[in-house]
Amino acid sequence: MKNLKSIGFRLPLLLVVVALFGFTVLNNKGYEIGDVATDFSLKNVDGSMVSLSDFPEAKGFIVIFTCNTCPFAVASEDRIIALDKEFKSKGYPVIAINPNNPEISSGDGYTEMQKRAREKGFTFPYLFDESNTIYAKYGATKTPHVYILEKEGGKNIVRYIGAIDDNVRNASQVKERFAANAVNDLLAGREVSVKETKAIGCTVKQ
Amino acid sequence: MGVGGGVKSKFVCLFYLKIMAKTFFLSIFFLFLIGCQDKGKKPDTQIKTEATFVNSEEIPVLDFEALEPLLHKKNDTTYIVNFWATWCKPCVKELPAFEKINEKYAGEKVKVILVSLDFPKQLETRLIPFIKKHDIQSKVVFLSDGDANTWIPKVSEKWSGSIPATIIYNKNSRTFREGSYTYAELEKELASFLKE
Repeated sequence: MKNLKSIGFRLPLLLVVVALFGFTVLNNKGYEIGDVATDFSLKNVDGSMVSLSDFPEAKGFIVIFTCNTCPFAVASEDRIIALDKEFKSKGYPVIAINPNNPEISSGDGYTEMQKRAREKGFTFPYLFDESNTIYAKYGATKTPHVYILEKEGGKNIVRYIGAIDDNVRNASQVKERFAANAVNDLLAGREVSVKETKAIGCTVKQ
Repeated sequence: MGVGGGVKSKFVCLFYLKIMAKTFFLSIFFLFLIGCQDKGKKPDTQIKTEATFVNSEEIPVLDFEALEPLLHKKNDTTYIVNFWATWCKPCVKELPAFEKINEKYAGEKVKVILVSLDFPKQLETRLIPFIKKHDIQSKVVFLSDGDANTWIPKVSEKWSGSIPATIIYNKNSRTFREGSYTYAELEKELASFLKE
């Protein structure tokens, strides 16, 4: 009887957990165009904590989930630096975030991030999503994965989601610079013409 | 205590059964959505790609136009098409599952195709040596097409673009997964196609 009771008690609990889990899985798709993106406070490679609110002058942000180990991310490093160079002064700085769990992806730890940032001379914050919550909120599934945010009434609105450009495997054959085009649209006060794009990338390692 | 508790737990049980039924229904519906996608798309050419299977010693280098018919064949075979790269750890980890299927179902109408998304400049230096070193028996093709924003949605609208990703299809149905398969999962999935 006692056993039955404890099973009777646990079973409903288990079912609730299963039901809630099912619900979360079905609904957790991350941001869509027009959503308000959350701010965060994440540790930068220089030891400081960085938030979007630290950039009062910015008109928006080029948030890029990227990492050390994914060859597509590595192949994109120079392009990310170029984006920051081109758009920081115009009000759209790059904020790079590493979403990978270093216990699974060994080259993606904080010290390796510091090393890579030094080697490549990153001109932008390279943040460690240590709690693994920010990438999930944004809905980043892979690296690199770009979110362009526009400040509006104190909020950061998602205006573009997707790829840096149309050829991650071969920079010399790029025809469309999707992320740059989106920022240029925003700077010109236009609606972003291509709001969502896809690119091959590495799964976020969790 | 026995009666009251019994009735109460019956209600509790019914309540959770309902929740479970709903969740179950949602999951089934979700699976149904995945299963049904891309069904409307019909390839207009099927002849072109036959040539790519002629020389099995070489790795065919295909643009998406050439690859696409391989994703929509309408014959008696069930195709397992896996998108991967030699440097992608979860891809390499699941490769033995695909190889095992390829070997075990060699006598049946099952075809495994491994679509490499390695860097074009590493085709000779990395992909081919990898295939030789690991003695990969499944059919490997190299997708050279750079314009992923155009072809990713044509593989599946569900695909965000991360690898590994796998399509299993035959003339009747189709499933797509972004993420890894274990051998047991893969074989179970394949069984549902072979049953039809």
